[in-house]
Amino acid sequence: MTVTNLLPQSAGPTRRRRFEFLYFALRNKKLLVGLSFVVLMALFALIGPFFVQHSMLAYGPKFQPPSAAYYFGTNYFGADVFAEFVYGLRESLFVGLLGGCGATVIGMTLGFIAGYKGGLIDEALNVICNVLLTIPGLVLLILIGGFLQHTSALIEAALIAGTTWTWAMRAIRAQTFSLVSRDFVGLARLSGEKSRSIILREIAPNMSSYLFLVFILLFGGAILVAASFDFLGLGPPNGMSLGIMMEQASDWSALPLHLWWWFVPPGAAITCTVGGLYLANVGLDEVFNPKLRAL
Amino acid sequence: MRRYLARKFLIYVVTFWVAATIDWLLPRMVPGNPVQLLLSKISLQPGTYNATYKLYMETFGFNRPWWKQYLNFWDALVHGNLGISIYQFPKPVTHVIADYVLFTMALLIPAILLAYYAGNHVGAMAARRKVLDNTVLPIGYILTATAYPWLALLLAFLLAAGGIGHFFPVSGGYSYGLIPTWSWTFIWSLITHWVLPFLTLFLVAFGGWAIGMRNLIIYELESDYSHYLEALGAPSRLVRKYAYRNARLPQLTGLALQLGVLIGGAVVTEVTFGYPGLGYLILQAVGNEDYFLLQGIFLFIIVGVLVANFIIDIVYVLVDPRTRVGISGE
Amino acid sequence: MALKVDNLQLCYRTLRGDVVAVDGVTFAIDDGEIMGLAGESGCGKSTLGNGLVRMDVRMRQLSGRVELDGKQLPISNDKAMRPFRFAEVSIVPQYAMSALNPTRKVGKMVAELLKSRGFDYKSALPELERRVKLVGLDADVLKRYPIELSGGMKQRVVMVISTLLNPSLLIADEVTSALDVSTQRAVGEMLLEFRAEQFVKSTMVITHDLSILAQVADTILVMYAGKLAEKAPADVVIGSPLHPYTQALISSLPEVGVRHDQKTLVGIPGRPPTLLNPPTGCRFRERCPAAFDRCAEQPPFLEVKPGHSVACWLHADAALPAGGDAALPAGGDAAC
Repeated sequence: MTVTNLLPQSAGPTRRRRFEFLYFALRNKKLLVGLSFVVLMALFALIGPFFVQHSMLAYGPKFQPPSAAYYFGTNYFGADVFAEFVYGLRESLFVGLLGGCGATVIGMTLGFIAGYKGGLIDEALNVICNVLLTIPGLVLLILIGGFLQHTSALIEAALIAGTTWTWAMRAIRAQTFSLVSRDFVGLARLSGEKSRSIILREIAPNMSSYLFLVFILLFGGAILVAASFDFLGLGPPNGMSLGIMMEQASDWSALPLHLWWWFVPPGAAITCTVGGLYLANVGLDEVFNPKLRAL
Repeated sequence: MRRYLARKFLIYVVTFWVAATIDWLLPRMVPGNPVQLLLSKISLQPGTYNATYKLYMETFGFNRPWWKQYLNFWDALVHGNLGISIYQFPKPVTHVIADYVLFTMALLIPAILLAYYAGNHVGAMAARRKVLDNTVLPIGYILTATAYPWLALLLAFLLAAGGIGHFFPVSGGYSYGLIPTWSWTFIWSLITHWVLPFLTLFLVAFGGWAIGMRNLIIYELESDYSHYLEALGAPSRLVRKYAYRNARLPQLTGLALQLGVLIGGAVVTEVTFGYPGLGYLILQAVGNEDYFLLQGIFLFIIVGVLVANFIIDIVYVLVDPRTRVGISGE
Repeated sequence: MALKVDNLQLCYRTLRGDVVAVDGVTFAIDDGEIMGLAGESGCGKSTLGNGLVRMDVRMRQLSGRVELDGKQLPISNDKAMRPFRFAEVSIVPQYAMSALNPTRKVGKMVAELLKSRGFDYKSALPELERRVKLVGLDADVLKRYPIELSGGMKQRVVMVISTLLNPSLLIADEVTSALDVSTQRAVGEMLLEFRAEQFVKSTMVITHDLSILAQVADTILVMYAGKLAEKAPADVVIGSPLHPYTQALISSLPEVGVRHDQKTLVGIPGRPPTLLNPPTGCRFRERCPAAFDRCAEQPPFLEVKPGHSVACWLHADAALPAGGDAALPAGGDAAC
């Protein structure tokens, strides 16, 4: 039984609060514009395959600029760049989403524990966090990726999750600290609630908007890291992703041969998605925090 | 203040210890054996494999118990010995690093400092004027959301490979035909090869910091102390000055956190431009499965980051007057 | 007349519409008078007080005129107000606890503020130190950072700073709300002291706490839902209020020496009306025990006894002829 069960079931304030968020969310330009970019890319990834004319493995005329037959032209091998783009976008979004989720979960778990328990556990977690924060993420990834014999999309997502959670943990820990000192947590403790239950039912829901913002940033960051990781040749060997497209373009003379259609779309897609996420993040911040709402 | 710095220093020492241990552990957790790899790359006389294998295992100490290897590792480290490179066998790792390190320094340090400085000022100006803000904001977001490899490829294509023109060379640290000497031609070559990689790093970092500073200053301008000053008739000059001074603090902390990302960016940029720095070297090491070189570079980068963090901590103490009185500003 | 406010209307622009927070308010404060502005949260008193000094970005002035010492106060023009602020009209804000720059020593901040207004810190320093000691603080509080001071200390420091240039009008916005009772009393005495020492000419004390007004104020102005309800000398408001709202407010205060079985505290059921779409007629009608049909029309704010004005149909017939204090009807509901 949680503390909230003891309070009168007021559907009023909580419902109004959620509607208030929705009301402002629908009117916030930054959120709408940002989200629309992300949704656009997601649609591309989902529906795109239906518009793919040639299989990625079919080799046609080489070095073709964009045309009606090949929307994004062909590359050095004669493969359809549009097909590569669509499947690569899927992979990149997938890895980014998974990596971002993983990092959020890790950051949340460790942040809650550190913020709630305090004391020695907090200090120990802090040291771990500091260590990982000062080690450059990509370099660590290269090191691990270089030592691993083979990577897959899942492994890549796991690696990204394992190296990018640090700032999230710090932020969530700070927020948890400020919540823990509030009375409703003290009351829950007194009524004998277990720590895990307190964290899940009292603290987390109060931070839900903040957690969502953290997730968005981690998602965007994961996409960028994955792109760099793949670009360096550490990605899944027979896969296709936006980073791999850029890597191939760089390795196979796209520059001297002016095959700009090979590397411009993948990078543009990344900028579009991540930029949209960052913009939506700022917009959401304004929705959740009335002080920032300018007119 | 001294306690604050001393505590930070201690944390850095611990961090270094943990990082070095991870560094030492990794190759040993991978199946296979660096010595096997080394031998597979060197052509041996038939029948000599086993003896040579034993010899190298002895030399590198792989046949000793783990804890002894660990202690040897630290022993060697203290003496500045990072091992021998496989890729450029038999050059010691420290010498290999020395050949590449200056290029990375020349790239990273100006890029970070200039992007930070410019980003802060442009962000501050954008927070003041709505008109400027309407251009700075979208440009900043686009820049900071850009993957480093993409910007590198774009710049290379447009300004080097002939998209717009051939203003700069496409790759390398200096023209391949030149021999490094202190001649004007050589130095000029160094500079022209440096421009595009520098621009790549600078632009992305600049975008991020401009936006960060802008948001921080807007937040400060909405704070109670700003409103109080305005209520007392203070000119906007004073209010802005206070806002800027206060926004610098979290921005500085943010710089320390961003170092890792910037180094990652440098790696990718160097690889794209074939610029012979540590990032480029890392990839060569991975490609050639040169574990010792990888370990060495990693350690070197860690030390660099820790030193940079410590410098930033000192600057923070100088900038936040409260730390001098013993109050932490965090 | 130090301050004259004539039919002032201030509104907030929100996404959901316009909120007229101060709806046609007319009153005056004499030199040397301490006027209390009382009412519950959301009645418009803070908007009124803050609007006289610095209008928030979202505030607009719809109508009305404000005069200080015979000169018009251009409250809707931020730039034009600057010379008046601090020197002629000053404010001790509601957020005094966080009003000081956390990264500046108090003295340094005051020095830079004075310098930016064209005053010399060195020549002001002896007077500043004197006043700091007067409010019971040590002079070296100027060498401290805000985080080193307690809440009460910060409140007092802000009061000293705000009155440093001897303004004609001081607006004290909820200065006692965040303090314990004994500090509240000390702050109240500080306000009286400031007047006695002539640091300020007239004071407007904004609060929801009538007890502090009983200690400090000469007159009390009660606001409800953006309009004036009653204005009278403090002892009259507390002892024999005329407006039903004021009566309910007073009777909801605990009295010293009264045991609760002798007299129960009566609250006022219901909530103030939303100012997004205010009701026609008297705004207190819904909650008023004495409401009758005539209340469907907004009662004017009329003087019924010398120095005592009230906006209620129960007493409107006893109104003195026009020419007294604030005989204008409370203004209409204009759109923003």
